[in-house]
Amino acid sequence: MSRALARAVRRSARPARWAAFMLGAPALLFLAITFVTPLVALLSTAVANPEVRQVLPRTVVALARWDGKAVPDEPVFAALAADLKIANDAKTAALVGKRLNYEMPGMRSKMLAAARMVAAAETGPYKPMFLDKDDAWNDLATWQVIARNTRGWTLYYLLTAVDMAQTPDGAIVRGDPEESIFLLLLARTLWISALVTIGTVVLGFPVAYAISIAPPSAARVMLLFVLLPLWTSLLVRTTAWVVLLQTDGIINDIIVATGLSAERLQLIFSRFGTVTAMVHIQLPFTILPIYSVMRGIPATQIRAARSLGAPAFSAFWRVYAPQTIPGVVAGGLITFILSLGYYITPALVGGPTDQMISNFISTYVNRDLNWGLASALGVVLLAVTLAIYGAFLRIVGPERMRFG
Amino acid sequence: MKKPMTILGLSAATILLAMPAFADGQLSVMSFGGAYQAAQRATFFEPYTAKTGIKFVEQEYGGEIAKIKAMEQAGGVSLDVIDVDGPGAQQGCDEGLYEKLDWSKIGNRKDWQPGTANDCAVGTIVYATILAYDGDKMKNGPTRIADIFDTKKFPGKRGLWKNPVSNLEFALIADGVSNKDVYKVLATKAGVDRAFKKLDTIKKDIVWWEAGAQAPQLLASGEVVMTTAWNGRIFNANKEGKHFEIVWDNELLDADYWVIPKGAKNLPASYAFIKFSVSPEILSGFPKYIPYGPVTSAAAKAVAPEYAPNLPTYSANVANAFATDYSFWGDQGEDIRKRFTTWLAQ
Repeated sequence: MSRALARAVRRSARPARWAAFMLGAPALLFLAITFVTPLVALLSTAVANPEVRQVLPRTVVALARWDGKAVPDEPVFAALAADLKIANDAKTAALVGKRLNYEMPGMRSKMLAAARMVAAAETGPYKPMFLDKDDAWNDLATWQVIARNTRGWTLYYLLTAVDMAQTPDGAIVRGDPEESIFLLLLARTLWISALVTIGTVVLGFPVAYAISIAPPSAARVMLLFVLLPLWTSLLVRTTAWVVLLQTDGIINDIIVATGLSAERLQLIFSRFGTVTAMVHIQLPFTILPIYSVMRGIPATQIRAARSLGAPAFSAFWRVYAPQTIPGVVAGGLITFILSLGYYITPALVGGPTDQMISNFISTYVNRDLNWGLASALGVVLLAVTLAIYGAFLRIVGPERMRFG
Repeated sequence: MKKPMTILGLSAATILLAMPAFADGQLSVMSFGGAYQAAQRATFFEPYTAKTGIKFVEQEYGGEIAKIKAMEQAGGVSLDVIDVDGPGAQQGCDEGLYEKLDWSKIGNRKDWQPGTANDCAVGTIVYATILAYDGDKMKNGPTRIADIFDTKKFPGKRGLWKNPVSNLEFALIADGVSNKDVYKVLATKAGVDRAFKKLDTIKKDIVWWEAGAQAPQLLASGEVVMTTAWNGRIFNANKEGKHFEIVWDNELLDADYWVIPKGAKNLPASYAFIKFSVSPEILSGFPKYIPYGPVTSAAAKAVAPEYAPNLPTYSANVANAFATDYSFWGDQGEDIRKRFTTWLAQ
């Protein structure tokens, strides 16, 4: 085809493409508002550092001229005193104290005490007053941390989310091992998700196979049973597992009655309970892609393999199974990625050592009001999810993944 | 850098948009829901509507002051009065989330029990964190708070609030510290270490609860042999036919408060309602619905005698009680909470 002709064809198709785009526009707009905007907000909250700039504006200006080599002189202290006088009235000293406290334990109460002190004082000089009040003000590290946070952005939250820290002089080091929990949490989240994925594939594969070879009328009923749990609220299904798994629950009743164990087992508030409940909830997500791939594999192929002399298992394993891989990968990936963000189920069925990253995000959002760290953990989770997705694409290849 | 926060508040704003905007003759309140808010409705809201014609738009939350912060950052403060717990009052006051109060519009600040009247929060009722067990399942139950840590005498799981507050205090008391010195000891690093060490001894026996209603549920389902709980929750479970026993030993007293969110649209209306609700004749009616005692001395005296014995402030119950030190938790909470979260996850 000549180039001119190709251009003409493209031009003639333009109105149709434009119409298609317009039809999709509401969905794109919806995605932009509900998905992209929060994502941008999440990313910027993870590095936003407004506290020192808002509460201590004069100190920010004064510190801009500070060389950072020794504890600053009176002008900086006077600026801090002026800021804290206002902060004491506006009740914002705790805000900046809390922020600095993340990087220097104890700063919150020191900042509040200093605010009360300068509010009571008429005039300077302020430096001796501060030094007299607390040794921290005579410590270069305190001033390095304050100066560092006069910038509008910070790496603190992102570093903390991967168990790293920044020393007062700016070097990036590994965090205090006693407080390093986030990599452990990340590993735990990945591990639980992997267990759930394996569980759903092992249980779901035979189910999908059974549905795919069943007569159509039976297959419809079986599919209904797979879908039924999907139509029930996640919370309801999780609470149902609480009832089943609890110490005086049905499962324990059966175990004791049948003599499998003399004592009641700790099923709830355990890793076992968490993984079991999550496998149940995720099962349909794994089964459906596998089933849809299996439906497209002609049954005649296995018969052909058998007629050519292959034993039953090897016909299944060498002819049929490889063709189901796109479905298994897609189903497993959906379950794995959805599991990474689980929150309600570990909270209700798991013990303290089964809590996943999302549970901690919720704690930091709701209870500790540390939205920066919550966002940073969200960023880490997002990055890991994308990395895993990318790795799968590379290993398996996009053409071998079928989502339904 | 204020912008991302504003966007983050979008979701909150969307919810707020769905609510009727402020109108005269209408007051928006937010409280903890459940039996507690029902008691507030019967004691405060309905009589106030009857008296003034002002209607209430009610919301519920779980004490997450993140919700209040998000509302204020989004700029559309639609609430007039909010019920907060002690930590919420302290943290929100410290971080400037509430209006600074003009006490002359509320009452005589001296009537309030120490610590329950501050610059931006008005105490209403006192509740207690107590130890409870199921009297039907255990005949010779625990008698002291220290029994939480006695797994020899009382084997089995125990329920504790998933929060350092109350647990560190109880751990030190069980370790021999008098409740008068608890916060002095906790103020030192060694004291905090000591409390965590004590908690370590039962760490594997603990079932953590988060919402107040979970504590009686854990007892009812037999998941735990004893649990700490808020006294009203236990009382209400008993109203539904349970025979839970409360151990009135070293109970930890807390108050709930009214606050006005910063930027509330109609301050005089908020003040008028708060003033009405803490007047002795109104506040003293609260224990009729849930056994939480009034914080003002005048209202405490006016409580009808048949409700008094269930209150944490009743003379026989309060004998060796102690109060949560919010300024301690305000100062040290950040560091201790961090350690608690880490300790839990390990």
